[in-house]
Amino acid sequence: MIKKIFSGVLLVIFIAACSSSDDNVTPETPGETSFDRAGMLRNIADNIVIPAYQGLTTSLSTLATAKDTFVATPNQANLDALRSAWLTAYKSWQHVEAFNIGKAEEILYSFQMNIYPVSTTDVENNIATGTYDLTHPNNNDAVGFPALDYMLYGLGATDTDILEKYTTNAESSKYKTYLTDLVSQMQMLTQEVLSDWTTTYRDTFIASTANTATSATNKFINDFIFYYEKGLRATKIGIPAGNFSATPLPEKVEAFYNQEVSKELALEALTAVQNLFNGTQYNGSASGESFKTYLTFLDRTELATLINTQFNTARGKIQDLNANFFTQINTDNTKMTQAYDALQAAVVLLKVDMLQAFNVSVDYVDADGD
Amino acid sequence: MNRFQTYVQQQTNATPLAVFRIGFGLLMCYSIIRFWLKGWIETVYLEPTFHFSYYGFEWIQPLGNYTYLLFFICGLSAFCVALGLKYRLSIILFFLSFTYIELLEKTTYLNHYYFISILSFLLIFLPANATFSVDNLWRKRSYTQIPKWTIDSIKLLLGIVYFYAGLAKINSDWLLNAMPLKIWLPSKYDLPIIGETLMQQNWFHYAMSWSGMLYDLLIPFLLLYKRTRWFAFALVVFFHVFTRVLFPIGMFPYVMIVSSLIFFEADFHKKIIAFLRRMLQAVIKVKTNAIQVFPEYHVRFKSIVIPIVIAFFTIQLLLPFRYLLHPGELFWTEEGYRFSWRVMLMEKMGNTTFKIADGETGNFFYVKNSDFLTPLQEKQMSFQPDFILEYAHYLGDHFTNQGHKNVQVFVESYVALNGRLSQLYIDKTVDLYQQKESFQHKNWILPMRD
Repeated sequence: MIKKIFSGVLLVIFIAACSSSDDNVTPETPGETSFDRAGMLRNIADNIVIPAYQGLTTSLSTLATAKDTFVATPNQANLDALRSAWLTAYKSWQHVEAFNIGKAEEILYSFQMNIYPVSTTDVENNIATGTYDLTHPNNNDAVGFPALDYMLYGLGATDTDILEKYTTNAESSKYKTYLTDLVSQMQMLTQEVLSDWTTTYRDTFIASTANTATSATNKFINDFIFYYEKGLRATKIGIPAGNFSATPLPEKVEAFYNQEVSKELALEALTAVQNLFNGTQYNGSASGESFKTYLTFLDRTELATLINTQFNTARGKIQDLNANFFTQINTDNTKMTQAYDALQAAVVLLKVDMLQAFNVSVDYVDADGD
Repeated sequence: MNRFQTYVQQQTNATPLAVFRIGFGLLMCYSIIRFWLKGWIETVYLEPTFHFSYYGFEWIQPLGNYTYLLFFICGLSAFCVALGLKYRLSIILFFLSFTYIELLEKTTYLNHYYFISILSFLLIFLPANATFSVDNLWRKRSYTQIPKWTIDSIKLLLGIVYFYAGLAKINSDWLLNAMPLKIWLPSKYDLPIIGETLMQQNWFHYAMSWSGMLYDLLIPFLLLYKRTRWFAFALVVFFHVFTRVLFPIGMFPYVMIVSSLIFFEADFHKKIIAFLRRMLQAVIKVKTNAIQVFPEYHVRFKSIVIPIVIAFFTIQLLLPFRYLLHPGELFWTEEGYRFSWRVMLMEKMGNTTFKIADGETGNFFYVKNSDFLTPLQEKQMSFQPDFILEYAHYLGDHFTNQGHKNVQVFVESYVALNGRLSQLYIDKTVDLYQQKESFQHKNWILPMRD
């Protein structure tokens, strides 16, 4: 008798499991439908990624104009204008650095834009020989914003010394050429990435919502976390603070030669990360579907709030630092490591809690499960 | 005792075990080829600079390029098992090579690999080549009947696997919170038809949890009784195919489906053998008239074999309960978690970073895990205390050898279990380099706050 009841129960479950798929094509309650991932990707592409690349393109062309003026007339006023355009563009860059997907990934865009510390030997060699392939991997640490940082702030001890390189120096034309080539290269690469987004990749990106290791959704989420952990937490703060070495390495800060904007750049990067998490549009305040609304959909509002709180805590810790991390590390490195710890706490929330909630397939683990 | 003696004497038809042998051998051979072709020999066994070992089996060492030879032996012996060619030698070779492979790297521990190891161990003692085997041809003898206990022992092992898996599902996360299915199923949104609908339904998560538990507990019994057997087999097929669609579980579903055929009666298996015989005869003419058919097979060295089998099952029945000897939440500490048929019970992730400190000066730096571990190793290490400890010792030795002084190894580990918020997992103040692995409770695991 017991057997019959058990098998009866199982039969019912079995039939229910098999047949209900047909009955429930329209979900009973709207709250239980699937999250609109395409909507999230659309918001990210249209309101964040593409506008951010457009913003960078604009500030790079301002930079190019300032550079032209400076090359034509290398004086203090034009150098100051060029430096200011460089900083604006460098800040714009912080808003696209995380997007290592599509064309950017294919052409190793970020490797050609912001690998630091810059190798001054490579830069000087390139200038001296006058023959170089800026796209070559060996030149990754001799191009982009860090190379400009050196060209605008590091060529001499004083501004007079720097201006000398572009004026009376025997090699001045070579310096000007290299400066020009660097800026053109950055413009060209950025244009290539942006055009790809606006012509074809946007639609590919939005359509790729599957939960597979290679889908845009999963790659983008993984890339975002990877950037936050490596590009922001480690490279901008942790490595110079000596978190991964026996002694601090202050010369590894971002914009080392400028000496006063490493904090500003790090804060900009953190803002970009937080805006992306919240789906806040580039240069605006409106927001749409995002990782945050995805978490809310999954009933994990408390986690979304925790992540934002932790971002804010980290921002507070970074704001406490000297404008120049180099100075901060050399005077009171504890504060620097505290900022690192605050950033690290958010890594746990993103990498463990958020990834678990999304249950995305990760691209790096290929093995059977139980 | 008398009843036991009578039971051990009982004979039954030999064909179910022969069919089992063929199915098992072919599936194993295919598994090895599949593993090889996916490039996992490289990623799992050759690429890592450091392997996670099982406690007590640290002497199992990687073989470098001979690993390919090991896999070749494993696959070939599996194929010989299927043929019933030098069966005893083949199954021993298979057991040893397969188990060696599994013991090499703890990162890839799966319950079904363990199942295959112990099943192949059991098969060493069973006369699976009694009929329809190449051994019959060259020994010129085959057997119609074999001891009934030999087939029953496989049924018992399968029964244990299912029933214990069912028992393990009786916990509050699984039944009351539908965890971790509530996390896993909605992420299958891209399945056709059911992805955006059924998989998103709260009631469906509960229905799957409860029916999964009932399925595991009841299926051995439903398979045992003749009246429910076909229904049970249909359930087995449905359940395993369904889980195969949902989760990346490799060969396990097929192994279980083929294995459960052993529950069917001899007539069913005779038909399979007759079919295989016809297929074979169409390809090659095999002279079978020289084979002398004996009615009964008698197990040799019975006085040794029977106690071994009894000891084997006693261990199998007790081992899954060893967690009771440890304090704390089993899913959190994982002390006594493996080898116990706890399947798909946890969605557990961690983020674990190691701090190498100088005990005298207090200077420290963090380790980049990717410098030492493959992504798969890092993932598994991040939430399992025995991995964390073993890795901490590896790091301690590594940096001591590099010339660092007074090396201390601390860990900052955060783990999230079944949708709970992540929390600190390991006592940050404990120098793990001074802690030793043992079967004792690891008191540096912080208790789970629920």
